[in-house]
Amino acid sequence: MGKMIQIQPVTRIEGHSRVVVELDDGGNVSDARFHVFALRGFEMFCQGRPVEEMPRIVNRICGICPWNHHLASVKATDAVFGVTPPPAAVKLRRLAQHMAYIPDKLLHFYFLAAPDFVLGPDCDPSTRNVIGIAKANPELARKVVRMRQSAAMMLEEWLGKVIHPVAAVTGGFSRPLLEKEREKFLEGYKEQLEFAKFTIAFAREEVFPKYTEAVESLGVIKTGFIGTVTEDGTHDIYDGKLRLMKPDGSYDDFSYEQYTDHIGEHIEAWTYPKMPFAKKWASGEFSLDLDEPKGIYRSNALARINVCDKIGTPEAQKELDLFREKYGRPTQLTLLYHWARLIELVNNCETVIQLLEDPEITSREIRSDVQVKAGRGVGCVEAPRGTLIHDYTADENGLISSVNLIVGTTHNQAPINMSVKKAAQDLIHGGEYDQGVLNRIEMAIRAYDP
Amino acid sequence: MAVKVSSEWLNACSGCEISILNIGETILDLIPDKIELVHIPALVDSKYYGQLGDGTKLELPKATVGLISGGVRTEEHAEVVREMRDKVDILVALGTCATDGGIPAQANMWKNEDVLKKIFGDCPTHEPAGHPTEIVPPYTDSVLAVDEVAKVDIYIPGCPPHPDWIADALLALVEGKTEWALPERSVCDTCPVIREKKSAGGAAIKRPLENYTYDPDEPIEKMRCIMEQGYLCLGAVTRAGCAGKSGVPRCIQARQACRGCFGPIRRGAKPMVDMMGALSSIGQDAKSLVDRRALLNRFVGAHKNLRPLPQRGKK
Repeated sequence: MGKMIQIQPVTRIEGHSRVVVELDDGGNVSDARFHVFALRGFEMFCQGRPVEEMPRIVNRICGICPWNHHLASVKATDAVFGVTPPPAAVKLRRLAQHMAYIPDKLLHFYFLAAPDFVLGPDCDPSTRNVIGIAKANPELARKVVRMRQSAAMMLEEWLGKVIHPVAAVTGGFSRPLLEKEREKFLEGYKEQLEFAKFTIAFAREEVFPKYTEAVESLGVIKTGFIGTVTEDGTHDIYDGKLRLMKPDGSYDDFSYEQYTDHIGEHIEAWTYPKMPFAKKWASGEFSLDLDEPKGIYRSNALARINVCDKIGTPEAQKELDLFREKYGRPTQLTLLYHWARLIELVNNCETVIQLLEDPEITSREIRSDVQVKAGRGVGCVEAPRGTLIHDYTADENGLISSVNLIVGTTHNQAPINMSVKKAAQDLIHGGEYDQGVLNRIEMAIRAYDP
Repeated sequence: MAVKVSSEWLNACSGCEISILNIGETILDLIPDKIELVHIPALVDSKYYGQLGDGTKLELPKATVGLISGGVRTEEHAEVVREMRDKVDILVALGTCATDGGIPAQANMWKNEDVLKKIFGDCPTHEPAGHPTEIVPPYTDSVLAVDEVAKVDIYIPGCPPHPDWIADALLALVEGKTEWALPERSVCDTCPVIREKKSAGGAAIKRPLENYTYDPDEPIEKMRCIMEQGYLCLGAVTRAGCAGKSGVPRCIQARQACRGCFGPIRRGAKPMVDMMGALSSIGQDAKSLVDRRALLNRFVGAHKNLRPLPQRGKK
């Protein structure tokens, strides 16, 4: 008779999940799964709501990335009503999008992921956390808390709500950026950029080199990748086309509306989220088999860094060059999600500064006329955890008749399952394991920052 | 001795936990000297089934204070609530999902079977399929607030609650207090906009398809009340506090209307009934409000405020 190990809750991630590892009579892994036990049902209860209310409802999908859902939603509402926001409103939305990424990246790297690397994966679980980090390095911890807080509060000062925002509205934006705010934020984000550069250098030189072996093996699987790029292939988190890359590096580019031609969803009986897959590959088949996966692709920072030809700001481009020199394109090493995230952090800070230096950013032309009508609209942005697809259909009264959502971590459900199984198989032999081993299995999940 | 705090999230988005972090540097003065976090899945590696995953019963550590964010959507959520109630002295419902159901309780307008059929049935990205049934915990009969499952001692509403209030409540508990509550005031009581109190003369309520009238260069005290501009704002029936201890209500700060995220002004009040009255009292045509049942109950769908409507024409 074999044995079952239950890791629940998976910790230092967002939300509720459980890992179940099954051992055979010889104590080796016969199966391992990542289960998610939550299903709120947004696609049901958005039905009947006025289209213009959607950006204020669906931001509740995620309290860590509410801005990204808010913005994907407002783009979908614009598409339903067939309205084009004024250029300044698009810039303000893009500014908010990049501003919102910054506290999230700092949170994930320092609060959630770093305890495994700085304190070590085998460290006593009661101290393997951000409080342990604060004890080990109080000065850095205080600085991190202050920088994350200040990044969040600039957004709050400007637009009231930083969590569950309200300022993006169909046809544009609810409030302009004032000159005095622009000046103040510019100072603040110059400091953020310096801290981002410090963080990536610290990670590149002092953290990752200690874990070369783990980076090269832990939860490594072979998959494709999805992300957003501009017409010329530049990394973009607010707007562009979707790029779905095969494991060999070849890719298809397509517009948001065409997502149903490329992405299907697979349903398993043992977890609530669906598993999106690339339906043009492998004759439309789906398989989590580690040796011969079918249709599996990944989202989130590593995916975006893999699919882009370049990144739009100079310091981030330097970091991308260093990264590619070392690991090539695309790289499949799961723990490199942490590194890719920090390349984006540098890009976020630089982009915010660029936008704040754009004279049009304080324009008062921020909302176009909106007429209620029936229609369908697909809005996408990149959330830190992956591509958000919001697909709305409305009736002639502008009330939602149908919603389909494929969101950040949902894209990663299948690959997380594969990485968990791979890590468990590699780490547990002959029934021998300890809490450090189980924590390493969780590290494979944390890389995805689900 | 530090006060032991245990924290869980249920049918939630983790926004409440981010709001805890938004307390900022003050939190470093509390943790670990005054507060010991014994269980908080977002930050600390404490497990239900032990560190080796070989336990058979869901267990939480003992603590003085238990924080729960999120409402109850599954039988497992209910089990977590009961287990925490057993292990803590003071149970705190954190955030509007925990206090009143929150946005996910909009699902209470449908039967569970209809929700599952919609999600796993007709969809542009897959063929209709059955819903998951293996290992996943089943739904409770409806989305519940925490106090529908176990006694709650302290309510900190908000979507999310403001960090000022979370810090204030935690500090009170650290000092040994056992009670804490937000003042019973409305968002309008703390809103600085101009109200002329003229009747709208039975006008229909406008949908927010254009920006409200205001001069961005003028302070918010010069903006006219959004209700008086002819749109819906739920400030009159919503508990104040979204801006923390001082400041302009947060949605108003963004020049947007309140949608009620702090829940009713008094526990048990019905925003739907009160708001219909408030609209009529200023001469607006309350019946003209589009999608009014869902809109006026947006954050308070638990406590049977929202339930499936009987299907017309069916027996």
